[in-house]
Amino acid sequence: MNGWTLWEVFVRPRRGLSHTHVGSVHAPDAVIALRNARDVYTRRQEGVSIWVVAATAITASSPDEKDAFFDPAADKVYRHPTFYEVPEGVKHL
Amino acid sequence: MYGNDFGVSESLLDQVDEAERALVAAAQRRTGAGDTTDQGGSASSGVDLQAYFDAVIGADQKIEPRDWMPDSYRKTLIRQIAQHAHSEIIGMQPEGNWITRAPSLKRKAILLAKVQDEAGHGLYLYAAAETLGISRDELVQMLLDGRQKYSSIFNYPTLTWADIGAIGWLVDGAAIVNQVPLCRCSYGPYARAMIRICKEESFHQRQGYEILHTLAHGTPEQKAMAQDAVNRWWYPSLAMFGPPDVASTHSEQSMAWGIKRFSNDDLRQRFVDMCVGQAEVLTLTLPDEALRWNEERGHHDYTQPDYDELMRVIKGDGPCNRQRTAHRRRAQSEGAWVREAAAAYAAKAQARATQDEQTPEDAVAGVST
Repeated sequence: MNGWTLWEVFVRPRRGLSHTHVGSVHAPDAVIALRNARDVYTRRQEGVSIWVVAATAITASSPDEKDAFFDPAADKVYRHPTFYEVPEGVKHL
Repeated sequence: MYGNDFGVSESLLDQVDEAERALVAAAQRRTGAGDTTDQGGSASSGVDLQAYFDAVIGADQKIEPRDWMPDSYRKTLIRQIAQHAHSEIIGMQPEGNWITRAPSLKRKAILLAKVQDEAGHGLYLYAAAETLGISRDELVQMLLDGRQKYSSIFNYPTLTWADIGAIGWLVDGAAIVNQVPLCRCSYGPYARAMIRICKEESFHQRQGYEILHTLAHGTPEQKAMAQDAVNRWWYPSLAMFGPPDVASTHSEQSMAWGIKRFSNDDLRQRFVDMCVGQAEVLTLTLPDEALRWNEERGHHDYTQPDYDELMRVIKGDGPCNRQRTAHRRRAQSEGAWVREAAAAYAAKAQARATQDEQTPEDAVAGVST
């Protein structure tokens, strides 16, 4: 390893589905990271596309701040269509 | 058949699917621990952190890498996941021993794919362990130094081709019985890695069973070879479930944390009950004269493995301990030039890219990465 970069691996299982995080690999550069990720995570044709992202390039939200961070959305039920009562007889709304 | 303890499903693959569905369903539930109603800023208090952790575990939800967790929980997981990863890596050796001598091209291709899977499983697990804040280099070094263990089963030799069958059926079978409950482990990255691994292990067990079935229905010599392999691997496989419950040091806390779901003895019993019927179809016998159905218990009575032998093998005194460790060290040092070459190439490419940035007209002609 000798200080090789840690790469997070995302695989798109099929056309039309989004890339999903599956794990990580170590590699000295992005091209080898892609090849390693192919060998480790797609031995059974699990994907049609792979992304590798240097782990250091990912900024994650902190669980400590989870409440404050996501709270602003908590009291806005009016963002969901179910908040609105549809008058009887109205169709295709 | 085994009671609700193990879920209603008999097929191991179905149990893995159930665990996966439970994981997704749990992720959609709230913890009931005030997940969304907590007062902001509560996270700074140690007591609240512990209470929140306990509530997540209590609600059968997953702990994720950036969540607060007790140090002992983190250490227990690192120890267990690392030991598991090391076992996959060392486990390549006894089977790799037969790749060049597999009896047909088909068997060779299958065995290669299986050994490649073991390497993959080791890597999924190292990646899961790294989310706990330990580096890959440290993990690899601890295996090479003997500071972390791997499963004692891989210190037994593979003397005949039938051993490849016995490993698939018995050793992978025991591993699956051990691992399916880990798909419900409270630590998210470990649980998700285990779901992936268990799905792939199913092929391993079936290919082993097929090898033994073919041998057992072949010539008398082939059948004798299969029986000999089963005789040698049966008790070491039973020992894979660890010491009996009364002597198991880590079990109670691991159960409370939702890392472990069933006791060593419960899992061992389940394995025995599964194997009896499978052995009958193979027309092979399990080497235990005391093995018989106990109507009252609803389980088979059986002879316990030699736990003194298990302890000796764990401590380093098994048939192949020194050979396995020496081989791993040699593979690590002989592979050094590949890692160095890759690093040198990456450094060179990096230097070239930096140079190109300084002379923009060249960069246009360069290959964009």
